[in-house]
Parts: sequence; structure tokens; C-alpha cells
Amino acid sequence: MYDFARGPLVWIAFAIFFGGSVYRIISTIMLAKKDKVILPYMRTKYGLRSIAHWLIPFGSRNMRLRPFFTIMSFLFHACLLLTPIFTLGHIALWQESWGVSWWHLPDTLSTLMTFIVVAGGVVFVLRRLSDPTVRMVTSFGDFVVVLIVIAPFVTGLLAYYQVFDYRTIITIHMWTGAIWLASVPFTKIAHMLFFPLTRAYMGCEFGYVRNARDW
Amino acid sequence: MKDTPESRVIDPGLDETIKKLTPEHIERVVQHVLTKENAARLKVYIDTCVHCGLCAEACHTYLSRDCDPDYSPVGKVKNTLWELIKRKGKVDGEFVKMMSRVAFTECAVCRRCSMYCPFGIDIAYLLMIVRRICSLLGVVPQYLQDTTNSHAVTSNQMWVHQDEWIDTLQWQEEEAMSEVKDARIPLEKEGAEVMYSVIAPEPKILAQLLGNMAQIMKVAGIDWTMPATDGWDNSNMAMYSGDFEVMGRVERLHWETAARLKAKKIVMGECGHAFRGAVYDGPRWLGWKFPPIPMVHAIEFYYDILKSGRIKVKEKFKEPVTVQDPCNTVRGRGLGPKLRYVVNELCENFIDVNPRFEHNYCCMAGGGTINCGPPWKRSRMVSNRVKAEQFKATGAHIVITPCHNCHSGIEDVIGFYKLGMHVKFISEIMVEVMDVPDELKP
Amino acid sequence: MPDASNWDWAVEKKTVADLKQLRDKFKGVHEFVVSPDGEKIAAPVVTEENSFTAAINSDTWPEMVELLWYLRFLPDGRLTALVRIDDQWTLMVDGVPWNERFEYAWDPRPCASGSAIGMMIKRDFKYGIAIDDKVWEEGFDGIRDYALSPDGSRAAATVQVAPLAEADIFAFSEGVWSIAVDGKAWDKKYLNTWKPIFSADGSKVAAEIRTDICEYSISVDGNDWNDRFGCVWEPLFRPQNGSVIAPVRKDGFWRLAENGKTIWDGKYNQLWQVKFSPDGSRIAVIASPEYGRWTIAVDNAPWKRIWEDMVLEPHFSPDGKRVAAIVKEVNRWTIAVDGNPWGEQFDMIWDPVFSPCGKHIIAKAERNGRFMIVADGKPVGPQYDALWDPIFSADGTKILLKYIENDKYCRQVVSASDVLG
Repeated sequence: MYDFARGPLVWIAFAIFFGGSVYRIISTIMLAKKDKVILPYMRTKYGLRSIAHWLIPFGSRNMRLRPFFTIMSFLFHACLLLTPIFTLGHIALWQESWGVSWWHLPDTLSTLMTFIVVAGGVVFVLRRLSDPTVRMVTSFGDFVVVLIVIAPFVTGLLAYYQVFDYRTIITIHMWTGAIWLASVPFTKIAHMLFFPLTRAYMGCEFGYVRNARDW
Repeated sequence: MKDTPESRVIDPGLDETIKKLTPEHIERVVQHVLTKENAARLKVYIDTCVHCGLCAEACHTYLSRDCDPDYSPVGKVKNTLWELIKRKGKVDGEFVKMMSRVAFTECAVCRRCSMYCPFGIDIAYLLMIVRRICSLLGVVPQYLQDTTNSHAVTSNQMWVHQDEWIDTLQWQEEEAMSEVKDARIPLEKEGAEVMYSVIAPEPKILAQLLGNMAQIMKVAGIDWTMPATDGWDNSNMAMYSGDFEVMGRVERLHWETAARLKAKKIVMGECGHAFRGAVYDGPRWLGWKFPPIPMVHAIEFYYDILKSGRIKVKEKFKEPVTVQDPCNTVRGRGLGPKLRYVVNELCENFIDVNPRFEHNYCCMAGGGTINCGPPWKRSRMVSNRVKAEQFKATGAHIVITPCHNCHSGIEDVIGFYKLGMHVKFISEIMVEVMDVPDELKP
Repeated sequence: MPDASNWDWAVEKKTVADLKQLRDKFKGVHEFVVSPDGEKIAAPVVTEENSFTAAINSDTWPEMVELLWYLRFLPDGRLTALVRIDDQWTLMVDGVPWNERFEYAWDPRPCASGSAIGMMIKRDFKYGIAIDDKVWEEGFDGIRDYALSPDGSRAAATVQVAPLAEADIFAFSEGVWSIAVDGKAWDKKYLNTWKPIFSADGSKVAAEIRTDICEYSISVDGNDWNDRFGCVWEPLFRPQNGSVIAPVRKDGFWRLAENGKTIWDGKYNQLWQVKFSPDGSRIAVIASPEYGRWTIAVDNAPWKRIWEDMVLEPHFSPDGKRVAAIVKEVNRWTIAVDGNPWGEQFDMIWDPVFSPCGKHIIAKAERNGRFMIVADGKPVGPQYDALWDPIFSADGTKILLKYIENDKYCRQVVSASDVLG
């Protein structure tokens, strides 16, 4: 299992992640042509303007209305994306296999960031359970997605702190990481792919077409 | 299906029409709309929504109903469209009735929620898909459907006969002449700079607004005309009932009438949804990327004639006023600053609302909701407590509403919540305060 | 088409009327109209006593009325207006009112030959049509549109054939609208009927019909086409054989159908305003080959050049070989001929006028509030305060101009070669 995870699984996971992502984005753009009224109104300026407002913390009114959630959400997403890329252990593997390496996070910081992701996931789940509005629109799949997302981080922490058998844990860590990657294009995690598209479209409908702001 | 005061409302447009539905017919229509009439947006919006509920607090119905989850934008989508997709259209008449109620009477497709969704999902568009399905199934609130029927027959929304239309203009021309010398409503004048178009409630119940416009046009020295044929009504409830074929027919006639009269632009009266229909939804269904002839909303027109000094103010309006930002011209055109310029030019004491501009709350009369008629009025009022609170906080006596739906909707809100305020169109204040030069005094 | 053979094509320039004198004489002078031959200019005028009449050159109609509007010259030079006398409406022709009076009357139109004039009327809460002072015997609950046969002997109208209670959506969906021809309604009732039109010989009537929420088709004399479509636009008879053509929408795209069968399967995003060449052999139509792009399609071949703003109805040359249409881009108007737009653009432009040989096109255009003649794309001659459509003489050697300059209305005949260069 370990050898498979260390070898082919990574390939498969990255292939599904990149291939699937490209497929989803291209098929969406093709489908947008059928809608007729999308592409003719797309303008870089207004698309980027909208994306920028929603990528900057407190850049939109809705973010300002709920500061705790905004901070948590930004920390969660930032840590989720950055930690795997800049963790020393991961870079060591790249170095070992491909001879490439880059700057890494100090150990304590990457550990903290991992905790933030796990904590964020827990808060999301608690919010889904406690807020009646969110609970009403929550399906079982929404919990599964959180599980998929935080599983590699939980197992990463367990491996870091050498809880249980390290080799077992690290194997599970690799598997959960692979599942996480491969899930991106085909689960709700695809929102990371579609965010620029939907945001840019709305930014253009508001800004380019209607001379109004959408943040 | 939950038993609520809203679910018990009697409306033959829903109660009677569902009796004729068969499961096969429903399924066929749902599949047609979901797979043939919609593509990327529907799919991506459904796939992208992470069920975060961040859209909830954008919605005035949700806020006004103590955060009832069924009234959050995403909750409305869940109860209707998600179910349709999940069940592949295999739903019964009662379900269609429920989704018709939700889509037509509990969502004003004001698009405020798309400004609160982190992904910019056009939730109103999703509700419009539900409306389209309901329309093709013939399950539409009676009064709204009747308005659409009127559009189909007359191209105007209130069954105004052609003779009534012309007769009213001639009568209002006489009225205007008694206020401003030589004021006219020039009918069928080919080559005029401006074709002025209005919505049917003006000739039907608010004819003095036409007379007001004749006075303003004369004083401002505008070369204008109005058609004496169908095509004068710029409103479009078919757009909101989901009958896009009738919507397109109405808009085509409106634009072709302007082209026939050789007008260089259309100036339209104080109406918001009409702006949306004429500038966005109508042209798009017909195949125009943008309106074929420039369309100027009344707010912008008043801004232009005040800014350029064509209209001068004799003495500003004294009573404290506040303003309703109409969704379709403020969120839909960014006219908020110009609206405030106009109000400040005309009025001495303007107290702004909060939230404002693009973030203003809908009047809960737009989107065809008020056209659903008396059965749904109470529900609409309960759905807009935040609007009442918003106005109350200003302490103003007058709410300026540059939109017919807002005007009627805010009037309802004021009555229901006993705010003791009054509503006025901009033109009503303008004729009151504008300086009529001596040579134009009768 | 007015018969221009008897007009004065010899006189070069004639000042027909001094409009300042007219304005001094009356309290109000409304919009001017000119006769086809240019010999007369007329306007509704208001006296100090607030009564109305029509002024023609330096003359007026003798009878004063309470209200007078919609002053129009017929192709044969007669002058008509809608007038209110004793609180009743009628049509006045050359100063003489019809005998029939109505609660209301509107939209008078001459037939194609110009010999007859019809209008919509309301009397005793019923609606109908009157042609040349003769009224349909039967009245209807509502009327929206009408058409005259080419010779003016018949009329067809969109009529409401049963009363409809307020907000009665159920009766509406059963159908209360139909087409009435010469006052008699078709047996069938529809949700809607629109745009009736007569065949060239006046024997048949076609119209758009709607049979269900989203089911549209065409009916000819009450016989509906078999197929139902997502939408249809106005039908048109083929001049030679009386078959009916209409744009129809299927699967979200527009096609052209003849007698119910698709003849253009071009998957257009939009198709409307079908026109035939004079001999009926060619079809030109406003088309949108793809979203947001407009052009003219002739015999199912769209012009290569497209416009985003607007394209207006196509016009065939007299020989049917060329097609011209008004087009607009970035809010500037011009004319395109066989797909090639003129190089200059204008604030507004009027319909293209072909020379009888079909080689040249002239049109009235506007720039900065001044009007001019444009010949084959080049503005020619002076600019005027007001101008009417230019007219070629039958042999194409002369052009009649009608314009207002310095408050004087002039009629001028110019040599076509001077204008066309």
C-alpha cells in the first residue's frame, strides 16, 4: 500500500486532478456558448475587478457583516491551499523524486496552519448543524466533502506527532491526500475551479452591462 | 408540504390549473426547460453552490420573517429547483403549486442575493427557471397570468384599448396646457429626438403623470413624441411570468415603434422592471446584445435636464424626503448617485436610507410579485418588514419612488406598518418646484 | 405608390408657402405634412378660440372642429384627418367629414392602390372597421389591428369575439380572439391572433395564431397549419401563387416556412420582416445569423457583413436584383446595399429610394439637426431645416425635392444627373 501510494497513486491523483479540472473548465466554457448570453458580455476588467473584491478579506459587504466567519473562512482556505505546497515533508518528497525544491514553511507554522484547516472544518460542520438556515440546505454529501478535505490534514498531524504506527498513518495520509486531489473536479470542491468563472461572469453582468457593483 | 398561511392562500391560477396536469406533462416540461432551454449557467450554479447559506441575509423576505430558512434564497432554490433536478421532474401538481408560490410570490428576482453569494451565483436566474417551468405548465398566479394575457393581446399590461390610450393622451394634453402654455403630447411625430414610453397604469389610473410629463417636456424644450399605436407600453410582466415568447413580442414592438418613428432614443417613465425588460431581458431573447436604440431611464433623463439647466428649480420641496432605490435601475444600472443628485436638486431636506445604492432592499412589489394580486398582499407585507423599519429610521415624511412597482409596493408597506408617510414620483415633485418661464405661463 | 406622371416635372424651384405667415395667423401650428407631388403643405392649426382646422398652403379647411389630428395626405393627394365634432369622432377628407360618427376612430390607412381608406372605430361599446364611410355591421368586444385588401374593398381585423370577465384566465385560455373579415369572424377562436394580411387578389387572409401557452402557428382563412411552433412572426403571401410564408421558431432557432413546410432551414437566431422582390421570385428578410449580430438574408444567404445595433427592413430595387436596408452601428445610421454599407454615417437616415433603373439609391438623412439628400452614400446639395423623402420621375431623369428652408416650404425638381454625379 505504501509503495503504491508513494508511486502510482500520486500520479493517478495528479492526473485526475489536472485532467479533470481542465475538462470541467473547458466543458463549462463550451456549454457557455450554448447559453448564448454569457461569453459576449465577458470583459477582463470587470471580471478581475469582481474577483479581486471577493479575494480580498472584507472586500465585500457580506464579509464585513460577519467578521468572525470571514476571518475563519479566509484562514481556512489560505491554509488549505498553502500548507500542502510549502510543508517541508512534501517538498522533501519532491526533492527525493524529482530533484526540485522550494521555500518551505517553518515547522511550527505549518503545524499551526494544519490545525487551522482542521479547526475550520470542524467549525463548518458545527455551523451546518447549528444554524437552521444552513442545516436546511445541507446534505450528507456536504459532510463528506468536509471529511475529504480535512482528512489529509488530520492524518498529517497524526503522522507529525507520530501517533499510532507511523507507516500506517503516513499511508493513510497519502491515500486521503490523493482522494482529496482527485475529488476536486468531481465534487463540491469544484467550487474552487468555478469561482473565477462565476465571479467574473457576475462581475461583468453587474459592472460591464449594468454599471453597478457586485460586492 | 408545510402548512403555513402562505400555503393556504387561495389563487385559482394555482389551485385550478394544477388539476389539469399529468405527471408525464410535468416531467416533459421540466426536462425541456432544464436540458433544452438552459445550459452552462444552470449546471455551473448547481455544481458550484456549496450550500453555505451566505446568501440568506441578502434577502428581505428572510430578514423580515425572522430568518425562516424556507425564505433564504438558497432555501427557495432547494425547495424548488434542487428537488426538480433530484426527482428528474417526477413531481406532482401540489409540488408545482408550491414552487409556483415560492418563485412568484416569495422571491422578487431582485438579485440582491447574487451580491452576497461569494460565487456570484445568480440565484434570481435559478428562480426564473422555476417560473419558466410554471409558466409552460400554466400554473401562474391568476392576476399575474392575466397581466401576461393582456401583454399578449394588447402589448400593454392593463388591457388598455387603443382608443382609450389616444383619448387619454389628448385629455392629458389639454390638462397640461392649463398649467404650461403650448404644452403638448405630440403623437406620431416622425423624427423627434425622443420617443417617450410609459407603462399601462399611467393611462389607466395615473393619467396625471402623462400631463406632468407634457409640462416638463415643454419647459425643458425637448423634441419628443409618443406613439398612437401599440408599442407605447414599455412594461413587461410576461418577462416575470416566464412567458418569454410574449415578452419578446412586446419588446420587439416597442423597439420597432421607436424605429418607425425615427426617434433617436427612448426616454422611459419612472419604472424599474420596464427598464429591465426593455434593456436586458427583452433584447437578449430577441437576439440583441444591447438595446437597438438608446434607452434613457427617467432618473437619468431628469438628471440630464437638471444638470444642463433645462429645468430650473423655483423653490425646493420643503418636507423631509427619503428615497427608494429601485432594484432594476440602481442594482440594474448604477443610477443611485444620479437619483440622489436629482433628489437633492429638487428637495431641501433629503435623508438617505441605509442600506442604500446596490445594497438597498427590494420593495417586494417588483419581479411581478405585486401583479400576483390581492391574494398575496399580506404575504408580501410580512415579507418586507425590514423595508418598513428602514424607512421609519429616516424620519422622512415622503418616500420618493422612481418606479411604479416600488411606488405601489411602498404605499402598501406604509399602510400595513402604519408609517404615516407618503410616496411620490420624481415627476410629481418636479412639476411642483420647477420654474416655469413667464412666456410659458398660461 | 403615387402616380407621378401627371406631376409638374418642369418647374425647377417653387416656394409653395411662407410658414411664418401661417404661424403668425394661428395660436398653434402642429406638425407639417406635404402632398406626394409636393404642391401642398398642411398642418393642424389651432385658433385663438382653441378650435382646430387644417391649413393647406395659405388656405384652411372651412369647418372648425373641436380637435383635429393625424393629418395625412393619401397617395392620390387627398388630405385626411381625424376630427372631433360635437364630441364624436370621424374622418375628414379634403375638409369634408364622413357622415358616420363614432365614439372613437383611429389609425386611418389607405389601401395599397390608394383608392380607399379604412380605420378602426368604436361605437356603442363595440369595435369594428369603417372603410370609406361604410361601417362593419357587426361590432366586436375588442380590436387590435387590421389590414385592407390591396384594392381597399375588404378589411380583416384582429377581434375579440367573446366577452372576457376581469382576470378570467380560464376563458382566455379557451380562446376569445379571432380574425374578422368584412365584419364576419372566423369560426375558430384562439388565445391570440395577430397581423392579418390579404393575398394580392384580396381573396385570402393569413394571420399569426396562438393555440396554447407556447404553441404558435399560421392560419389562412381559419385553416391552421398543421405544425405548432415555439413562436411565429408575421405571415406574407407570395405575390404570384398566393402561398404563405412566415418565420417560425423551432428548437430555439428561427426558420422560414411556406404553407407550413420549412423552406429555409438555416437555424437563424432571429428572422423577421420578410419581403418579396417585385416579381415574387426572391425573398429578403432581417436575420440574425448568430447572437447579437444582425444582417439581411437574401434567398437564405446572409450578407457577410453584420451589424450589432440594428438592421431595418430590406428594400428590393424595382428589377429585384438589388437589396438595400437601413443599418446602424455604434448608434450611427447608414444604408447598406447588397451587404456593403455606405462609407458615411448619419444621426438618422430614412428609407432608401431606388432609381427606376435600380442602379442608384438616394435617401433623406440627418446630421446635427439638419437634413440632406444622400446619393449612393455621398451627401449632395444643401442642407435643409426639414426635408421629405425624395422621389424619382418615372424615367429616372429627375428628382423631386420637398423641403423647408428659412421658414419657407419649397418644391424643387432637380436633374438626377446633378444629384447622382
